Amino acid sequence: MSNAQDNNKLLEDKAYPLGYTDKVEYSFTSDKGLNEELVRKISSLKEEPEWMLEIRLKALKKYREMPMPAWGGDLSPIDFEDIHYYVRPKTQDAKSWEDVPEAIKNTFEKIGVPEAEREMLAGVKGQYDSEVVYGSLKKALAEKGVIFLSMDEGLKQYPEIVKEHFGKVIPMGDNKLAALNTAVWSGGSFVYVPKNVDVGLPLQAYFRINTENAGQFERTLIIAEEGSKMHYIEGCSAPAFSSASLHAAVVEIYVKKKAKVQYSTVQNWFKNVYNLVTKRARVEEDAEMRWVDGNLGSKLTMKYPSCVLVGRRAHGEVLSIAWAGEGQHQDTGAKMIHLAPETTSQIISKSISKNGGRATYRGIVHMVPGAWGSRSKVVCDALILDEKSRSDTYPVNKIQENDVVLEHEATVSRVSEEQLLYLQSRGITADEASTMIVNGFMEPVVKEIPLEYAVEMNRLVELEMEGSVG
Amino acid sequence: MLNIKKLKVKVEEKEILKGVDLEIKSGEVVALMGPNGSGKSSLANALIGNPKYEVTSGEILFEGKSILEMKPEERAKLGILMSFQYPLAIPGVTVRELLLTSLRGRGLTVSALDLKNQIAKEGEKLHIEPAMLNRSLNEGFSGGEKKKFEILQMRVLRPKLLVLDEVDSGLDIDALALIATNVKEMVEETRMSVLVITHYQRLLKYLEPDKVVILKTGEVVDEGGREIVDKLEVEGYKSYE
Repeated sequence: MSNAQDNNKLLEDKAYPLGYTDKVEYSFTSDKGLNEELVRKISSLKEEPEWMLEIRLKALKKYREMPMPAWGGDLSPIDFEDIHYYVRPKTQDAKSWEDVPEAIKNTFEKIGVPEAEREMLAGVKGQYDSEVVYGSLKKALAEKGVIFLSMDEGLKQYPEIVKEHFGKVIPMGDNKLAALNTAVWSGGSFVYVPKNVDVGLPLQAYFRINTENAGQFERTLIIAEEGSKMHYIEGCSAPAFSSASLHAAVVEIYVKKKAKVQYSTVQNWFKNVYNLVTKRARVEEDAEMRWVDGNLGSKLTMKYPSCVLVGRRAHGEVLSIAWAGEGQHQDTGAKMIHLAPETTSQIISKSISKNGGRATYRGIVHMVPGAWGSRSKVVCDALILDEKSRSDTYPVNKIQENDVVLEHEATVSRVSEEQLLYLQSRGITADEASTMIVNGFMEPVVKEIPLEYAVEMNRLVELEMEGSVG
Repeated sequence: MLNIKKLKVKVEEKEILKGVDLEIKSGEVVALMGPNGSGKSSLANALIGNPKYEVTSGEILFEGKSILEMKPEERAKLGILMSFQYPLAIPGVTVRELLLTSLRGRGLTVSALDLKNQIAKEGEKLHIEPAMLNRSLNEGFSGGEKKKFEILQMRVLRPKLLVLDEVDSGLDIDALALIATNVKEMVEETRMSVLVITHYQRLLKYLEPDKVVILKTGEVVDEGGREIVDKLEVEGYKSYE
């Protein structure tokens, strides 16, 4: 998909410590390419109810009819016939760490998943290629009625809840990639938090693509009932393969009355993964939804977490950081749809581009007639580290109501020689100084994610910045 | 401590310093005065290694060794610290983070907690609001706050040579006295040398320089004791025309 020289360069990338491959046994790997037979095979392997198969087949048809998005990044290098759409590891959804195969265990140990679980998480899911291979949830939470399952297991155990909510926040025809996901989805999380339950510690999912030319199409559904509170974190990585992989997830979230949900992502895919993700939350009266989104890896990411503010005084937030290094395009942003009075939203987007990388902010704030008393604030800050790199901002405001407030600020900055000199004159080397400035720039968003991820992000920046000041 | 010999400095192809000699001994406070555009700040910038200031000839010796080939951070590690005329804002970085990185970069083992306590104590002495210590350095700070934070850095980094570049600009008289007291204390405690760059006399009333050097259009035109300051008070720089 890209030329050999580029790949060799990518494979040597010392700034990507997660680039090893594990020898994992698979019980089923679909042939490359997509057809109706495969969709039926996935559904039957999963022993799904008939209605889900029907949804899948309808979505496949939609996917074939719809055009590729013509805006955003360059999708033309993706060869959709060259992808394994379903790759099933031999093990599935182990309940205890001991049951997880050694090779997969090693990967998760390297990433630090079980460690983090012991110390600071309420529950964990690990997905390898198409399936969730490991999962756990603290007993106390299960007793309170919290459900944290793989999406497949969720469908098996709670078909009625899934049927009521699946594909309603993000309909299959929303965009071509959402249609593709609906047709071939596998894995992802199913989370249900009952009324007034505070989950306390975060729930975490970790996604890994481990097969060359594999597509990962996880599907996540989160339902936070009235007055409940939860924080979901996802991390992702992939081995350093020489040809591209595709990750096209769909995440649907219901934030019911007075509920609070935070969804944090630290995306660190290897630099030839196409990451095309649709994420949307439906936010009811007095409820709060917050997306915290860190995009460091991938070749191209197109992702615009959204909040549909349907209830009065609903609040939506997106805090995002994008890092665009050599050969990377981060086309990210946010959508805030204000459908009710006195709804509020805030978008803080920060991007850093370096070594010819390209960062794009693309966002929309829409206030419909009747959304009186609503407010929105959008702040886009871009830091460009050299002449080769690029940053663009495409904000769209669609305001159809008079009695509203919309603020928009955008800044583009560079690391100034004066700032570097100031720090150097304190005995700090030029490299350390620029790392410090970049980390400082990201700080308002990084401080919103859990410490272990914040440390990881700062460390990645350090690796990326090494030797960057000549 | 510092020995500058026949120093010539160019900025953007224009010669600013035309052969300056200056000596500062250990524990000595030297005032460098002169009208606007005389080259005072250029001398300071050449001293800390600002790459925009090109030394074309002459020598800068620090503790007997030439520092001309050294990067700014290497000069800082030798013990040279400048309080900037316009300290730069570093968004997202607190003074604690800056000082921790700086001290650890010198190979020192520093506990973050000890440093935090030390900074809190020094901040109090400089009448800095404790909450200010948690903010991004110099971001949205008033002129006076910025200068106090420069002196706070001096207290922690304990330089051998402090360069005060126009520390008195934008300061009220109380803040000025406070800064001067802190600097004098350091001189007494550690025998730190100080190069005070100013074109006002009022700072020197507090700092009591051992030597006064007058710079004009890139050349030293007078050198002597505190009496020069008094003479300037009366006559201004006219007498050097």
